[in-house]
Amino acid sequence: MAERERRLAPPYGGVFVPRTRVMGADDLKRATKRMAHEIIERNHGLDEVVLIGLQTGGVPLAARLHQQLEAIEGVDVPIGTLDVAFYRDDIGLRPVLPEAVTDIPCDLQGRIVVLVDDVLFTGRTIRAALDALSDHGRAKAVQLAVMVDRGHRELPIRPDFVGKNLPTRRDEVVDVNVDGVDLGEMRR
Amino acid sequence: MSDARARKDDVSESAGWIIVGGTVIDRTGERRADVAIEPGGTVAAVGADLDLAALGLADATRLDATGCIVAPGLVDIHTHLREPGREEAETVETGSRAAALGGYTAVVAMPNTEPTIDSVAIVRQVLDAGVAAGLCDVRSSAAITMDRAGTTLTPMAELADLGVRIFTDDGCGVQDDRLMRRALEYASGLTVPVVLAQHCEVEALSEGGHMHEGEWSSRLGIPGIPAEAEELMVFRDIALSRLTGMRVHFQHLSTAGAVALVREAKAKGLPVTAEATPHHFTLTHAEVASYDPVFKVNPPLRTAEDVAAVKAGLADGTIDAIATDHAPHTADVKEAPFDIAPCGMLGLETALALGITELVEPGVLTMRELLALMSWNPAAIAGIADVHGRDIAPGAPAHLVVFDPAAEWTVDPSQFASKSDNTPYRGRVVRGKVRHTLLCGVPMVHDGKATR
Amino acid sequence: MSRLVTNPRHGELRNLLSIADLGPDVAAGIGEVMTLTDSFVEVSERTIPKVPALRGRTVVSLFFEDSTRTRLSFETAAKRLSADTMNFSVSTSSVKKGESLRDTIETIEAMGVDAIVVRHSSAGVPLQIARWAQSAVINAGDGWHEHPTQALLDCYTIRQRFGDLAGRRIAIVGDIRHSRVARSDVAAFTALGAEVTLVAPPTLLPPSLEGWPVKVSHDLDEMLPELDVCYLLRMQRERMTEALIPSLREYVARYGLDAARADRLPEHALIMHPGPMNRGVEINAEVADRPNTVIIDQVRNGVAVRMAVLFLLLGSGTGWGGEVEG
Repeated sequence: MAERERRLAPPYGGVFVPRTRVMGADDLKRATKRMAHEIIERNHGLDEVVLIGLQTGGVPLAARLHQQLEAIEGVDVPIGTLDVAFYRDDIGLRPVLPEAVTDIPCDLQGRIVVLVDDVLFTGRTIRAALDALSDHGRAKAVQLAVMVDRGHRELPIRPDFVGKNLPTRRDEVVDVNVDGVDLGEMRR
Repeated sequence: MSDARARKDDVSESAGWIIVGGTVIDRTGERRADVAIEPGGTVAAVGADLDLAALGLADATRLDATGCIVAPGLVDIHTHLREPGREEAETVETGSRAAALGGYTAVVAMPNTEPTIDSVAIVRQVLDAGVAAGLCDVRSSAAITMDRAGTTLTPMAELADLGVRIFTDDGCGVQDDRLMRRALEYASGLTVPVVLAQHCEVEALSEGGHMHEGEWSSRLGIPGIPAEAEELMVFRDIALSRLTGMRVHFQHLSTAGAVALVREAKAKGLPVTAEATPHHFTLTHAEVASYDPVFKVNPPLRTAEDVAAVKAGLADGTIDAIATDHAPHTADVKEAPFDIAPCGMLGLETALALGITELVEPGVLTMRELLALMSWNPAAIAGIADVHGRDIAPGAPAHLVVFDPAAEWTVDPSQFASKSDNTPYRGRVVRGKVRHTLLCGVPMVHDGKATR
Repeated sequence: MSRLVTNPRHGELRNLLSIADLGPDVAAGIGEVMTLTDSFVEVSERTIPKVPALRGRTVVSLFFEDSTRTRLSFETAAKRLSADTMNFSVSTSSVKKGESLRDTIETIEAMGVDAIVVRHSSAGVPLQIARWAQSAVINAGDGWHEHPTQALLDCYTIRQRFGDLAGRRIAIVGDIRHSRVARSDVAAFTALGAEVTLVAPPTLLPPSLEGWPVKVSHDLDEMLPELDVCYLLRMQRERMTEALIPSLREYVARYGLDAARADRLPEHALIMHPGPMNRGVEINAEVADRPNTVIIDQVRNGVAVRMAVLFLLLGSGTGWGGEVEG
């Protein structure tokens, strides 16, 4: 998610310069574990659950959630990836090319889709994702899991499972990576 | 045939003219001198420190020629004035104005009009239109064959009586070898000397082609015209000239091979002459990459080697004249797809500047050699050397051009007098600007502007 | 092949008139189209093969030359991107008079369009149109000059089977001289590192091959055992009246891919054709139905490739080419 935002925010590309480490690697692990438990609890098991990671930031997180769910419940939940490039509402305002091919593992009819992304910001990417998902069947429910909710929503979208709530300034950038979560800014 | 004459009222009201401060260049050489012209339109005196009162020209109009060259007016032996038939592209009047602005005091109109200039009536129409416009001495050529169809000869003797000295089917070449031979033989028996001019193009080889056949046509996917389409007819007409003893003039030479053939023929003493256009010594087929039909012309723009050969031919005397092949076309026909658009480019208002910028400045020609190619040589070919291209001396008719060889300007067709816009040189910076053009002593162009 | 690049601004794809327009690094440009096409292949395989990416945009087909297949391919591509389509089938007669090419474009643009897909029998028309038009212009075939989307779908089809084109030996067989497909294919295949040989009688080759990064052969039989791709061009019957080949029978005998010749191709080799086929002329009827003849794949990939091109021109803003250096 940060990657995508990076390309959309002025100065359109550039280098991410971190300022503060907000979560360490261990914090990430603990949050992931907790979110996995929450998903199981909320859905009374994993019977109908499908994990869909948003390209590209949500994909590694979805994979780690998938690992955790298997470790806890012993269930191999179907997992897929979704690129929303073709569903963005800001095409013409410098949208991006898809970063990878969408891969939905099964018909979503009657399933509980857990959308996974690294950072929730304006909510527009999630709106696009909901649009994209509806082209793959009528899900029973769609839930949203994000590692960081940084505020500044522009649409009525809210997460179901959150790793960390992090108040930020609009011009700041949040980067979720293997070693943790950093707060910083873009520099040309 | 009417001589070029200024309108009577101009002549009677004038007190003569004096061109001051220029450098006179003609066939005899180059000298700093003023030129005094008496009201009748002939040169009265040439020299420094002229005593105007003694010449009776105390009230003569002063024409400033500081920094300029004063030369015999330019002569274009290959111009398309489009009248009759295609007046939307150009008329004798607009073409004459364009010619005057380009420094020309005489042009020879090409016969591929609608109807063709193949009869006395059409020749008269063109000549009368030239006199009525009064900007330039408009002479007419006539076709070799009726309607340029290549099957029957035109009444050459009748046409020659009206002053026609150049016969050509320009627009196409005479395809039939026997007919061309007969035309040459017949023309050799006329009471006045005429020349048959050939647009060299063997249609069996050029058919379907729209640009030079070679590297660029292959890349761009446009059917091409091989150099041999021109060279084969040059070869044939040299042979026929030898056979009949008759003069042949080769129009718009464009290939190295054709230039070489003419060089060899001249070395053997054959009575052949040749011309080349400014676009054939400045542009190559690479320009067509833009698919802009402004670069579509016949013969087509060729290779860099061909351009170099044309320049060499101009420098060593193989090519006797620079002729513009001024070919106006309206914007809408020139905006058609490349293969459908007609061939042709404007030339009258850029020829002198291109000659100066591309030939004199780089040292390919001296200024006098350029003027030979643009004034007295073509005048001789057109049979009007008694009036045009003459040495600037007392008694000569004052058909003169005064131009500043260093004045820099940018080619902008919206400023042209020509009715059409199709110049390939739009935006090009060139040097050499006409300041005054005098026809019979009367300025047709004064300070760079047409006077009528 | 054409060295002419039409993009006025660096890093922005405004029109697709020739393969060179994907430059300055043509290989990278083609690569981006290939990657994007993967996504559109996925979209095309869905039950509802549609995405809202170009909703509200209008794509016009301006076909001066008849071609139902290519036109439908572009229209399908536009529709799958949720764009609106318009169709101008202009009769050749009004074009022959050289009438109103510019007027036609100005009329179309006045109606508010975003992209014009042009096919014309005269080379260079898409470039002329691009000079007058505000909308994006896509060349769907101009005379003998280029047919860039055909070359792109050819590259995609080869990539589907082989992974990439570098070092692949490709023969293009037939009437190269009059073929816009050949010119675009040569540009695209060689940019991707393939080794291209043109196989044709001398009369069906362009007058000059200077600057073409290809080999030439007049002997199809000697080429066959070494090829990875045998690409056959359509042999038009009109060529016989122009004395370019003595007879169709002689052409078929020397350059037609019959069963015996197809057997001599390596097992993995692909047989390709831009369509429509002249069964029994450049390709034998039985050979046309073999598994290694990927003509149907070419057609299928054509829609996805054209979706990618439309998306690049209309949907992707200025994200083309160079990344900003940090």
